[in-house]
Amino acid sequence: MIGVVDYEAGNISSISNALSRIGAEFIVSGEVAPLSRCDGIILPGVGAAPGAMVSLQKRGLTEFLSTFRNPLLGICLGMQLLYQESEEGPTTCLGVLPGVVRKFNGSTSKIPHMGWNVVERTSEIALMQGIDRREYFYFAHSYYAEVDASSVAATKEGVLFAAVIAKENYFGVQFHPEKSGNAGLTLLHNFEVLCKSFRR
Amino acid sequence: MLTRRIIPCLDVLNGRVVKGKKFQNLVDVGDPVELAARYSDEGADELVLLDISASLEERRPFFEIVRQVAKCIAIPLTVGGGIRTLEDILDLLRCGADKVSLNTVLAHDPTLLARGAARVGSQALVGAIDVLRINGSWSVHIKSGTQYTRLDALEWAKTLVKHGAGELLITSIDMDGMKVGYDIELLDRLASTVNVPLIASGGAGTKQHILEALNTGKADAVLAASIFHFHEIPIKELKHYLHAQGIPIRL
Repeated sequence: MIGVVDYEAGNISSISNALSRIGAEFIVSGEVAPLSRCDGIILPGVGAAPGAMVSLQKRGLTEFLSTFRNPLLGICLGMQLLYQESEEGPTTCLGVLPGVVRKFNGSTSKIPHMGWNVVERTSEIALMQGIDRREYFYFAHSYYAEVDASSVAATKEGVLFAAVIAKENYFGVQFHPEKSGNAGLTLLHNFEVLCKSFRR
Repeated sequence: MLTRRIIPCLDVLNGRVVKGKKFQNLVDVGDPVELAARYSDEGADELVLLDISASLEERRPFFEIVRQVAKCIAIPLTVGGGIRTLEDILDLLRCGADKVSLNTVLAHDPTLLARGAARVGSQALVGAIDVLRINGSWSVHIKSGTQYTRLDALEWAKTLVKHGAGELLITSIDMDGMKVGYDIELLDRLASTVNVPLIASGGAGTKQHILEALNTGKADAVLAASIFHFHEIPIKELKHYLHAQGIPIRL
């Protein structure tokens, strides 16, 4: 069972529709108790970092998320919230990963970075199994995380930035797998399989 | 490198997809859910779904159709028509839209963009501008093109971006459904005026028109309806053509 975090900052419908399409079992909740019983967590995110963090705090979710031991997948803003800090605001985030999420430089690229771009893998992880080493995914964001030790795939638009990250049980994708056609659905399926292997 | 996007547009009236010329003489095209699923499967990069009578009829948007369309596609969905409040925006996103396209409401209150951006982010907000050429200038029209405003399209584009539009959907009413090509001059001027992605709309009749909008017009995405609805240019064929012409495209 996957728990999708509902904190009024995510596009719950899109991710729910995608999970339904791959036949995944999931619940949508904004409370710690039901989420803590899940095999894995998806932290979606649409919107701005400051409001999203306030919303997580209000629901008492920040500590739960930053100490979760099963697979957790952050999508778009949900991935950015895993870092120490975001320039958006600026905002102190969950701090699962070191580093600062930065804003794109408007002189080298349009903001937001919106559309399909190539995600190129630099190392292999189960989450990306069955997906081409260079594959298109759909992005819509104005802030990005720099490529560092946790990056497993990168994308270039003005700068090279982290497209997929993995650190222990934490995963993040800057793009929207729920909006990226079959490649995105494959990634979500891989995440479901990963969660099942952690079944409580 | 970011690829250019090909976006079929579904204009919906009374639950059916329709298509006209210069926003008039509408003919029935088909069922929105069936068409959306077909375009998603055929390689469309995104879909735009417009409720073309909501603003005129002053009613709320077509939530149920959005819900049904969102369920059957795995690509981004932009929804427009009849949006008047932040609550409308949130409700459409809850129904499965990824972005909302705002048009008529902004002429009365462009600050809705700022309030929307604070809540859902600029990337989910498309500023739609319907333009008619009048005496050599680009005049903004609202209410499905029926109402003239004193706004100049270039100035208006700047205003919408300033308030928080993350993308602009530029429709030339003169060219709509006419298959004579996009308003390239307008697109080119806009591209050097604002720094958000531009979607060109109105006038696509051939593959060359689309190439022109992307090259000379510098559009980031092209929206088209007739050529896809009436099976004149299959999406795959169009994308292979653009790719062969050196345009970055998702195949």
